[in-house]
Amino acid sequence: MEFIGEHLLPGQFGHFFVILSFVASLVAVISFFLASTHKNDLQKTQWLRLGKAAFITQALCIFIIFALVFYICSQHLYEYLYAYKHASKELEPKYLLACIWEGQEGSFLLWSIWNALIGLLLMRKNALSKAPVLTASSLAQFFMMLMILGIYIGDTRIGNSLFSLTRNEINGPIFNQPNYLVFIKDGMGLNVLLRNYWMVIHPPVLFLGFALCLVPFGYAYSGLLTKKYGDWVKPALPWALAATAVLGSGIMMGGKWAYESLSFGGYWAWDPVENASFVPWLIMVAGLHTMLIYKATGHSLRASYFFSILSFSFVLYSTFLTRTGILGDTSVHSFTEAGKAINIMIGLFVASFVIPALVLFIVRYKKIPAIVKEENTDSREFWMFIGSLVLFFTALFIIAKTSLPVYNKIFGTSMAAPQDVEFSYNKVALMVAIILGLLTALTQYLKYRNTTRSYFLKKLMWPTLMAVLATALLVVFYPLEFHKHGAGFLGAIYLGAFATIYSFFANVFYIWLVLKGKLVNAGASIAHAGFALMIVGMLISSSNKEVISSSLVNGINMPGMIDPMTKQQDNPMENLTLIRDVPTRMGPYEVTYRSDSAGHEKGRKFYRLHFNKKQKNSKQVSESFILEPDVYQMKDNNMSSNPDTKSYLTRDIFTYISYALSGKNTEDTSQFNIVTLKPGDSSFYSRGYIILNSVKKNPINERYHFAPNDMALMADITVVSKDSMHYPAMPLIQIDSLNQVQLTDDTVYAQNLFLRFAGVTDSAAIRIGIKESDEPIDFVTVKTYIFPGINLVWLGLVIMGIGVILSLLHRLQLNRTQTLMALIPIALALFYLFLLAN
Amino acid sequence: MKKSHIIILVGIAVLIAGLLAYSADFSTYDSIASAKHKEGKFVHIIAKLDHNYPLEYDPLKDPNYLSFYAIDSLGGSTKVIYRNSKPTDIEKSERLVMKGKMQKDHFECSEILLKCPSKYKDDKKQLEKNMQEQTSAAAQH
Repeated sequence: MEFIGEHLLPGQFGHFFVILSFVASLVAVISFFLASTHKNDLQKTQWLRLGKAAFITQALCIFIIFALVFYICSQHLYEYLYAYKHASKELEPKYLLACIWEGQEGSFLLWSIWNALIGLLLMRKNALSKAPVLTASSLAQFFMMLMILGIYIGDTRIGNSLFSLTRNEINGPIFNQPNYLVFIKDGMGLNVLLRNYWMVIHPPVLFLGFALCLVPFGYAYSGLLTKKYGDWVKPALPWALAATAVLGSGIMMGGKWAYESLSFGGYWAWDPVENASFVPWLIMVAGLHTMLIYKATGHSLRASYFFSILSFSFVLYSTFLTRTGILGDTSVHSFTEAGKAINIMIGLFVASFVIPALVLFIVRYKKIPAIVKEENTDSREFWMFIGSLVLFFTALFIIAKTSLPVYNKIFGTSMAAPQDVEFSYNKVALMVAIILGLLTALTQYLKYRNTTRSYFLKKLMWPTLMAVLATALLVVFYPLEFHKHGAGFLGAIYLGAFATIYSFFANVFYIWLVLKGKLVNAGASIAHAGFALMIVGMLISSSNKEVISSSLVNGINMPGMIDPMTKQQDNPMENLTLIRDVPTRMGPYEVTYRSDSAGHEKGRKFYRLHFNKKQKNSKQVSESFILEPDVYQMKDNNMSSNPDTKSYLTRDIFTYISYALSGKNTEDTSQFNIVTLKPGDSSFYSRGYIILNSVKKNPINERYHFAPNDMALMADITVVSKDSMHYPAMPLIQIDSLNQVQLTDDTVYAQNLFLRFAGVTDSAAIRIGIKESDEPIDFVTVKTYIFPGINLVWLGLVIMGIGVILSLLHRLQLNRTQTLMALIPIALALFYLFLLAN
Repeated sequence: MKKSHIIILVGIAVLIAGLLAYSADFSTYDSIASAKHKEGKFVHIIAKLDHNYPLEYDPLKDPNYLSFYAIDSLGGSTKVIYRNSKPTDIEKSERLVMKGKMQKDHFECSEILLKCPSKYKDDKKQLEKNMQEQTSAAAQH
């Protein structure tokens, strides 16, 4: 059958370039491998030339593929399944890129773009020495292209193509008609949960981080292959720094996203998907430190190999966890089962990197040079190594817990996460924070090889004093209130706070006293100070986070469950219902739900909540702000709730809608009851009475703005309910420019009362319509938190990022101007993203 | 690897192992029937909403009280009480993963994860259904 209106050309091109890129990456793998292993120098250069050509070819193909996918999505060519699944006409242009990496295939494409760019950067200079690194890079490209290949071998499909046609993929009677495209009005569009600018930024940064992790892996492989065991560390170090900075900010962007636009009530939940990207980062940081030790002293080379290999291995393992659907029920945001063939390919992808690298490492282990003499316990390298080990064990602990569904699959068990998942991680993370706080505080005051005791103690005096003082101030003036897990745990939190505050001061003083304020050399100290500040912020914000919509805070006692162990309520009642126009107590605030309004996106509804804080004695409003959390309802009835936050320097007030009435209104059957009133008259309704105060012509007030020559009359009414509450109401009648009568009714939601200016009479009296509705009362149910110290978390993170990037620029031996030119935009961007953009 | 290294290494390993053991408070996945034998113990149950009974949620009366009936694939059935706001689209969910403790007459649920069909575009059946709904007008011609 001939189909009408299809655009098949971009798909044919796309398919061709995918296959070309697949073949080219395979050629690149073989050529680079031969270039790195061949004995003959002439042959080496020939293979290298071929490898380079092949790599450039596949890189170009990938860029073209990306452009083609962008084209089919932006042109809404729904004959392609990918466009149908991820694009839609109402989608704002800024989300066009986001909808490309919403799906599995698109996110592999994004990853391979970064890989291609990094590969091109690597082969620019001394490509021959980097041939093994490029082999690894090409192999990764080969697998990514395999994932999006979409060709059949027998009945099995290898990879899911970005260009497969809707009519070939899904069945439906519609495809029997040649003009089927006419009836596919729109695509499914981007999931509402993902419509956020973080979805545009976060995945590219995260995948760049993943792609960067490959480079130290490639260099480690290169060292093992060429048997020049120590040469790789120096060139690999800047890449490790870049990976640390990029992957770290990528992960925390996810946290910021969760915090500001998802209703998780926090920035980190130890979700398996979060853990899966956190673990490679931890190991990369461990590897970074052992590489520094090796460069300074010659120790820890074996550990550097091990960590560099493991970091990327865990990137792949996390890909396996999140993309094969194995996490299934344990994670909020894992991909679903993608089909057996894809799962096998992802498994192969993981195995063909991890197994050869680890086998090679074990075989060559004895040959990797190691210094026989042991590090002194008063040397810097010794404690840095301990720090790396702590990071590594932390990573192992996290991944061991996260892999629970994998054990269940293998051993057929039915183990599940414990009751308080976050606590089961946090108690370990807290111990780690204490150890790392102390290590990052003290270690830099030790010198490489050995340190005299008097030097160490003298330099440490001031930071120690400051840290003790600051912690004491914290205890006295801003005590931590985390009693849920007993006094012992609270004590541990204080210890963690002290250790990290100590680390912060020790690093600041180190820059000042030892480095004499030379910031260019201070990358490590800045990064450590930022890290410490971030952990302090995390401890404060998690300990003193308060759910102010909770019934406990507001003194309402609901018959909840009392846990026999902790003697605490199992499920505190954390939601509060706000009836429209009725002020409700919420912690220190009085909150009123005033109105709702539609957003400019279809299906989006904002709820306007007025927060007032009154002074206890004078009843004066001391603080007042408006929050507008929203609910996004899609045509497929998918709903998402986006919080709104009032940010102060020291705390955030964070609220989201936990329940809202759906848009469908039931037919209102009640009628207006018309009464005739003169100013000063009153009239009863079932729950009170109304008074007509006056009738105003062309009113100008907070609601209406009329010009003197308009024709509008407003009734100024006070509603007095049985419980003697007073509510103002201002129904209006107006004759517009077309001589049509317009009625603007007013509603007193608290009384379910509708008032209408129904007309005038010959005398001074007017006619007022009174309706008591049997419609459900308008209300929303909200959950509200106070997060203190959250800005410390973001500020610490930004400082840490700047520190790592500074170290990176320092390693690249840029001059001062170049350093500043690179650093300032990055610093500004990080600062804007994490602290200003809300 | 020298003495002090090994000592520290062993120290850390013991610490981590200790913490692991201390935190190894795993729970289990259970059927409704087996959960009923473990009254008061924290379990995970995979079940679905029983549409034969009404779902009870009145946020005006109490926004923190939701009750409904759930049945699992083995035919077990229980009343569920979830003292929180009603998860969006629970009525449309295909599957519920519920965490909580079985009590005498109900399952006291502390957390619900939903699997909603519409969220998963990679599900082919869902795609077909979606396409059919969208184009049903045309198919009738």
